[in-house]
Amino acid sequence: MAAQNLQSVPDQPAAPQEANAGQGQGQLEADGQAYFDRVMADDSRIEPKDWMPAAYRKTLLRQISQHAHSEIIGMQPEANWISRAPSLKRKAILMAKVQDEAGHGLYLYSAAETLGQSRDQMMDDLIAGKARYSSIFNYPALTWADMGAIGWLVDGAAICNQVPLCRASYGPYGRAMVRICKEESFHQRQGFEILLELSNGTPAQKQMAQDAVNRWYAPALMMFGPPDDDSPNSKQSMAWNIKRFSNDELRSRFVGMMVEQVRVLGLTLPDSEVRFNEDTRKWEHGPLDWNEFKEVLAGRGPCNSQRLERRRQAHDDGAWVREAAASYAAKQVNKQKEYAA
Amino acid sequence: MNPETQETTGHGDISVGVAGAGASGDGSASATRITPGNALRPEDIALEVRTGLARPTEDVAEYALRLGDDALILAQRLGHWISRAPELEEDVALGNIALDQLGHARSFLSYAGGAWDKSEDDLAYFRREHEFRSAHLFEQPNGDFAVTIARQFVVSYYQFELYRRLTESTDATIAAIAAKAVKEVDYHRDHSAQWVLRLAGGTDESRRRMINGFKLIWPYVGELFVDDALTTRLAEAGAAVEPSSLKADFDRLTGEVLKEAGLEVPDVPAAPGGGRRGQHSEHLGYILAEMQVLAREHPGASW
Repeated sequence: MAAQNLQSVPDQPAAPQEANAGQGQGQLEADGQAYFDRVMADDSRIEPKDWMPAAYRKTLLRQISQHAHSEIIGMQPEANWISRAPSLKRKAILMAKVQDEAGHGLYLYSAAETLGQSRDQMMDDLIAGKARYSSIFNYPALTWADMGAIGWLVDGAAICNQVPLCRASYGPYGRAMVRICKEESFHQRQGFEILLELSNGTPAQKQMAQDAVNRWYAPALMMFGPPDDDSPNSKQSMAWNIKRFSNDELRSRFVGMMVEQVRVLGLTLPDSEVRFNEDTRKWEHGPLDWNEFKEVLAGRGPCNSQRLERRRQAHDDGAWVREAAASYAAKQVNKQKEYAA
Repeated sequence: MNPETQETTGHGDISVGVAGAGASGDGSASATRITPGNALRPEDIALEVRTGLARPTEDVAEYALRLGDDALILAQRLGHWISRAPELEEDVALGNIALDQLGHARSFLSYAGGAWDKSEDDLAYFRREHEFRSAHLFEQPNGDFAVTIARQFVVSYYQFELYRRLTESTDATIAAIAAKAVKEVDYHRDHSAQWVLRLAGGTDESRRRMINGFKLIWPYVGELFVDDALTTRLAEAGAAVEPSSLKADFDRLTGEVLKEAGLEVPDVPAAPGGGRRGQHSEHLGYILAEMQVLAREHPGASW
């Protein structure tokens, strides 16, 4: 498949698993590495059957499965408001949004499966607390305005992170991200719209909106990960064309976007130090509490235990249904075999 | 039903509600665009009502309220499954069915409100319990997945027969809403029938739960097919059909699935119902308390 993608590139080597059939293992590795390096240099794509370094596979598997888990756990804070959405139109939009997130989880688990791990295994790791998901979802969604702030800030930050991932060197991941980003941009717009409506509403509604922005702003900025000088894995991910921009670069861009948009909303960012640095040509923000970030990451956030327990419960309660479906499917296959015989 | 053909010709891409959309490779297809093409949206109906293009008679409005409330209460129930379903595919599927039901509810309520100068939200959020017209079946708790499937199976076969006939309604708006809804409810039938077969034919436990689910749900089936003065008047005018006239097709089609699943129609006494007269189950009060709480905290606010 990679060869197909590379058709426009002159004198590219054939994908090694085909070219080297029957050769020694060492030669296979060397050819594989050469091919991989060439794909990286050409900024082209690695596909599931191509040779790839074990560390590349491991990094991607971790990143994609964490991303999938984030979509699934991320359904919870918003699902919390489906039953209480204050208009039927908002209820429909919110339901569709949370449903999209389940869909994103599905694409991403599928992309991760192409790297050799089953969805069941990934789900077991999540439930056992062995796998991570984005810390942002360990904060509670306390008011309706949180649906706006999550859409605008959290999905907004996610888009900044994810648009460059559409060009990630691993084909299935990049392609999944294309579809996800389209839906995410809708999600961000609906969040913005919720806040705009609240901001132009009653004083109580406007206050609700400002309070939500105040609570979600810093956690959203921390979604980009630790500062560049404290992000040991970033360099390798950038060399592998998975990550395209550094954490701080993306964070700065995001702040710039939010500064413009918050004016339209008629709200303020809870950060008096936001400014555009004319020398670096970058947006800067006030200090972030990285200690809090590490605490939440370590499991000591407001909702860590609640989120995981809810997922575990859904998984356990559904076990008999999945067993029934598997058993029924097996029986149907047997019936067809008998019929054919 | 041949399960193999079911699989290949099944619900299509349930995320867009269009058969074959999944196979078309349309990368822009989104679960958030549940309205295929230029189909009727609740907003279109609200606009027609506001501009005086469509206005229901008092009888039609009362009837639309019944159908709208059924769909709204069911959507509220089904929405609870999102993030709690047995597998991700069911988070998506049940969420999709909830969205379809909510869409139907919004259309019917927008239209009904035309008779009393009320919006869909006035009707959903600011009526009291006895003013709702939902049948008890729709108010029943989700229970385990088998109870939800039993309820959905009954609902989708009932709604399919109802909407199929209402496409011929002399009331153009009712006919238009039904024409859109019947296509969606057809997928709901497919979804629930497949799960009835899987659960009944899966493991001993799933079979036991499926049988129990039907036992819990079946007492509320009868209310769906009860005629009253309103439905008689509307049926005579050609605007609606007598609920009792749906019963034979409902029995036949559900009977076929139950037979294939090796299940009996549960032999349980029917409950009297009363939702159409505003006499509800104990459950409705809690459903409304949750659904209405925020809107009522901010009366007059827009969202």
